Amino acid sequence: MITTDILIIGAGPTGLFTVFEAGLLQLKCHLIDSLPIPGGQCAEIYPKKPIYDIPSHPEILAGDLVEKLLQQIEPFQPGYTLGEVATTLEKTKDNHYIVTTDKGTQHCAPIIAIAGGLGSFEPRKPPIEHLDFYENKGVEYMIKDPEKFRNQNVVLAGGGDSALDWTLFLEGVASSVTLLHRRNEFRGALDSVEKVQHLKNQGRIQLLTPAEVIRIEGSDKLESLVINHNGEEIKRSCDAFIPLFGLTPKLGPIADWGLDIEKNAIKVDNSLDYQTNLPGVYAIGDVNTYPGKLKLILCGFHEATLMCQSAFQRLYPDKKNVLKYTTIIGVKGFDGSHKQAQKATIKSIE
Amino acid sequence: MSKDITIQVIDRNGVSHNVIVPTDMELNLMEICKASNLPVEGICGGMALCASCQCYIESAHKLPVKSDDEEAMLAEAFYVKENSRLACQIQLQPNLAGLVVRLAPEG
Repeated sequence: MITTDILIIGAGPTGLFTVFEAGLLQLKCHLIDSLPIPGGQCAEIYPKKPIYDIPSHPEILAGDLVEKLLQQIEPFQPGYTLGEVATTLEKTKDNHYIVTTDKGTQHCAPIIAIAGGLGSFEPRKPPIEHLDFYENKGVEYMIKDPEKFRNQNVVLAGGGDSALDWTLFLEGVASSVTLLHRRNEFRGALDSVEKVQHLKNQGRIQLLTPAEVIRIEGSDKLESLVINHNGEEIKRSCDAFIPLFGLTPKLGPIADWGLDIEKNAIKVDNSLDYQTNLPGVYAIGDVNTYPGKLKLILCGFHEATLMCQSAFQRLYPDKKNVLKYTTIIGVKGFDGSHKQAQKATIKSIE
Repeated sequence: MSKDITIQVIDRNGVSHNVIVPTDMELNLMEICKASNLPVEGICGGMALCASCQCYIESAHKLPVKSDDEEAMLAEAFYVKENSRLACQIQLQPNLAGLVVRLAPEG
C-alpha cells in the first residue's frame, strides 16, 4: 500500500503544480495517471503546440511547460503510479481514502485531489452493433502482447499512425493481415505509409479502402466480419479485429465515486477550497465545475494553491498556517535541498 | 449598429433552434452552441481533438477550408459524412448568416 499526504489523480499541469504548493506546506504527494508519462494532455496530445496564456511565458510549448513543472516539483520528490487508471475510492474508518487502480495498486491518503482533466484516455470504439459482446473474444482495442496474434488472421481498421505501425509489425507475426480504412488516404509518418504500400504491392498484406466494418458475426466469439468495401458487402473470416481510431477522454470510473457530477465535470465549492461533496476529496483543474468556471491551465494552478491550504488545515486543524512567500523563505525540498534568495552583502566604506 | 447574425442549429432530436450570434467576438460554432445550451460537448476545448462537436452543414455557405488537424480528426471520427465539419473549427463571420447545421450523433 502506497501512503502519502495528498493523493493526486491526474499528472497534468494542475496535478503537477499541486505537488509544489503542497511541498511548500511540507505535505507529500503521490500522483496516479492513466498515461505512461506525466504531463496529461500537454504531453500526450499537443506537446508541440504553443500556449500563450501562461503568466510570464509569452509563448511556451506544452511539452516544455511539463518539463519545467517537473523540474519545479523535483525537490518535493513526488511518487508516481503511471499507466494505471484509478478505479475505486473507498473510505476507511479513520477518514482516509483508499484508491485502487485497474492493475490493483493500492494507495492510501487522508486527502484526495482529483486533477483528472478531461478524464482518462480510452480507445475510441466504432459504432458497430454488439461490439462490446465481442470484446476480448476477438475484438481488441490495444495491442498489449503481439504474440497473441501469432498465426492468426487479423483485420485492423484505422487510418493513422497506430493502424499503420501495427500493420507493419503484425505482418511478421500473424498469418494474414488486412488493413481497412474508411478513406483512401492514410495520415501517418511518410515512412510507414510507404512501407505499408510496399507490403501491399508485394501481396503480403491486404489493403481495403474505402472500407468499413458494418457487422460482426460469430456465436460465442468473433468468427467473421461483414465489410462494406467500396459500396459492396463482403465477408471476411478472421480471428482478430483491431479497431485503432485513437483515444478519447472519458471521465471513466471517477463518475461512480459518489461525487456530484454535472455535464461530465465534478461540482466543487469554489467559494472556499474546491472541495467536492465528499469531505477531503477535492477536484481541481479542467475536471471540476462551478459558476464561472474557465478551463485554463492558469486557473488550475490557482485552484491547486487554494486547495493545498485547505488540505493543510484539514490535516492540522490546530496549526496556524501563515502564508509565507518563497522569495523570503525559499524552497526547502524533501531531498534536503534548499533554494533561497542570496543575502545581500553589506560592506562598509572605510 | 448590429453585428449579430442568425443561424439555425438542428439538434439530435430534429428540433431546430434559431441562434443569434454576435460576429464581433470571434466565436466559433462549438462555442456558440455551448453558450446556447445546445447538447454539444466540445470536450477538447476547440483543438480539433475529440470530434464531440461534429456537425453536418446543411446549407450552401462557403466555409473556411479544413485544416490538417480537422481532416485528421474527421478521418478517425465516426458517423462522418461528406458535409461533416468540426464546429470548433468554424469561426462565425457575417457571411455565415442563415447557416444551417445539424448535430452529428454522439460517438
